[in-house]
Amino acid sequence: MQFFGGSEISPSPPVPTASGNNAHMIYVFNRNGVCLLYREWNRPLHTLNAQQDHKLMFGLLFSLKSLTAKMDPTNLDKGNLGVPQLPGQGCSFHSFRTNTYKLSFMETPSGIKIILVTHPRTGDLRDSLKYIYNLYVEYVAKNPLYTPGTPIRCDLFDTTLDQYVRSIA
Amino acid sequence: MAPAGPRFGDAIFANVERVNAELFTLTYGAIVRQLLTDLEEVEEVNKQLDQMGYNIGIRLIDEFLAKSNVSRCVDFKETAEMIAKVGFKMFLGVSASVTNWDADGTCCGIVLEDNPLVDFVELPDTCQGLYYCNILSGVIRGALEMVSMKTEITWVRDMLRGDDAFELQVKLLKQVPEEYPYKDDE
Repeated sequence: MQFFGGSEISPSPPVPTASGNNAHMIYVFNRNGVCLLYREWNRPLHTLNAQQDHKLMFGLLFSLKSLTAKMDPTNLDKGNLGVPQLPGQGCSFHSFRTNTYKLSFMETPSGIKIILVTHPRTGDLRDSLKYIYNLYVEYVAKNPLYTPGTPIRCDLFDTTLDQYVRSIA
Repeated sequence: MAPAGPRFGDAIFANVERVNAELFTLTYGAIVRQLLTDLEEVEEVNKQLDQMGYNIGIRLIDEFLAKSNVSRCVDFKETAEMIAKVGFKMFLGVSASVTNWDADGTCCGIVLEDNPLVDFVELPDTCQGLYYCNILSGVIRGALEMVSMKTEITWVRDMLRGDDAFELQVKLLKQVPEEYPYKDDE
């Protein structure tokens, strides 16, 4: 049993794959499509307003997830495209890359989605996303002032996340 | 899938920050005592404990998932084993066992041989209807709801009421599929 407090995050963060700040932005969504967190480090171009942008990103991931599961040649029991899936069901993608950016994605069984957009040459960020999830647990889920399901306003989380993302990508 | 088993839960328990067991037991006792004073009705206290547990559960699930590294369970049986062997071990330092499955695998009993919440506790005659550990059932209900399982949890056996062990009956009501949360674009 433990209470929140200045505890160390376990496991310790994975070794950085590159140096310099290549991160563009991060999104954290919950199961209901509420954008819990959005931060940007380097995003010169905005085409939509913030709310539309979040919605578009969530929609993209939602569809891409069912699309990739539908294309999966290895799994026998699959729902039809568009049939609502149980969270965590089927196969799921973890990143895609274009010529200008790379998007890394992690979804937990509890429906938290963490999206990190970085430079296209960034390596595998799955462990880093897992570590960010650990940060979320320590600084957000255990914060008694935080109401689950609302946007995150927590300075300690912000600064730790900022430091960490600057160190990885 | 990481190997599930008592040792697996042990390893996590050894690595997290812990609080003194007696302090924990006495704090919980003080909460229940205060609730009894404030709410007066034993039935209301049961409800309140369940609600408190639920609020803990919906946050606790993320810590459980982050620390235990488990991925999706294939069925409810695996889920129940996971709660008993990993969950209880990780957060309370005790292990539980799963028994009494019904035929279609949607209802089972989780038996706690050792329950740190009830050290030093005796129920007085005025509180015979109290489910002293009702917070635990709320925690499980809240945590499972966050991984899209609606459950109903009841106490079947309670050592404070003279039974030989603690047993929670966990009944899976339904699994909620993931749906696109937005209405059509305005």
